[in-house]
Amino acid sequence: MFDLTGKRALVTGATGGLGGEIARLLHKQGAHVALSGTRAEKLEGLAAELGERVAVTPCNLSDGEAVDALPAQAAEALGGPLDILVANAGITRDGLLMRMKQADFDDVIRINLESYFRLTKACLRPMMKARSGRIIGITSIVGVTGNPGQTNYAASKAGMIGFSKSLAQEVASRGITVNCIAPGFIRSPMTDALNDAQKEATLSRIPAAKLGEGADIAAGALYLASDEAAYVTGQTLHINGGMAMI
Amino acid sequence: MSDVLERVKKMVVEHLDAEEAKVTNNAHFIDDLGADSLDTVELVMAFEEEFDIEIPDDAAEHIQTVGDAVKFISEKVG
Repeated sequence: MFDLTGKRALVTGATGGLGGEIARLLHKQGAHVALSGTRAEKLEGLAAELGERVAVTPCNLSDGEAVDALPAQAAEALGGPLDILVANAGITRDGLLMRMKQADFDDVIRINLESYFRLTKACLRPMMKARSGRIIGITSIVGVTGNPGQTNYAASKAGMIGFSKSLAQEVASRGITVNCIAPGFIRSPMTDALNDAQKEATLSRIPAAKLGEGADIAAGALYLASDEAAYVTGQTLHINGGMAMI
Repeated sequence: MSDVLERVKKMVVEHLDAEEAKVTNNAHFIDDLGADSLDTVELVMAFEEEFDIEIPDDAAEHIQTVGDAVKFISEKVG
């Protein structure tokens, strides 16, 4: 089950906690993995940890042309066309809408949503030819529930979900699936920095009474990337400890 | 021209799994040969590769029959 031997995957945002965990798990299951992100040093560190079957393809997702070229670069570095795309990179520029600058909105939409459009488009051609492919967008619970201070981020994440559902319908007959994962609160340096009162307030909203781990999200990504999930498309997999049941 | 026609016909037969006899000059990919919209996109992509040409989106929209494809490709490859 969930064997990815011989598959080629591109993971963006692999410098982050979630992306790193996803890359590790896909690799562990046999995939060849291209790691993308902005910090080349950190990518090299992860590549060294993984050893074989790995490539480092840094990319600045705010540079549209660079994003367009990334899947082909990753495919070349891995020695063949991509079977799996995990679009995990994203940024936040939080603030109440009353105070939000245009640039904060534009940056978030460009890096979170437009790069998803560019990456998937660039991946489709070889996947169409192969009559198979797995596109996985890492969105967020707030794309579905909303969150004050994150109008821009929530819009970009909700946009990914609508985009994925539409594309899923376009390419389902070609054996390509397009799904999203919507993490809830996942432990990260950011959540570690919360004070006790903030932590308590957060946990009180989670029936599982604990934060999620990167590995919880990676497990979902592995499932959606696997042959076993061939009949799952256009879905959003919520991994959130019961924080929202949708 | 006839070479292009033969190659295009062969590709259409293969890609759309169509009966060779039905793949005539006037055959419409969608109405006559059972293609869906995605098939036509794929066909155009295949033509681009086979003949090493670029088919812009606005031109691709007008390639709806075997004859359309042959005409466009013949003009491109000269």
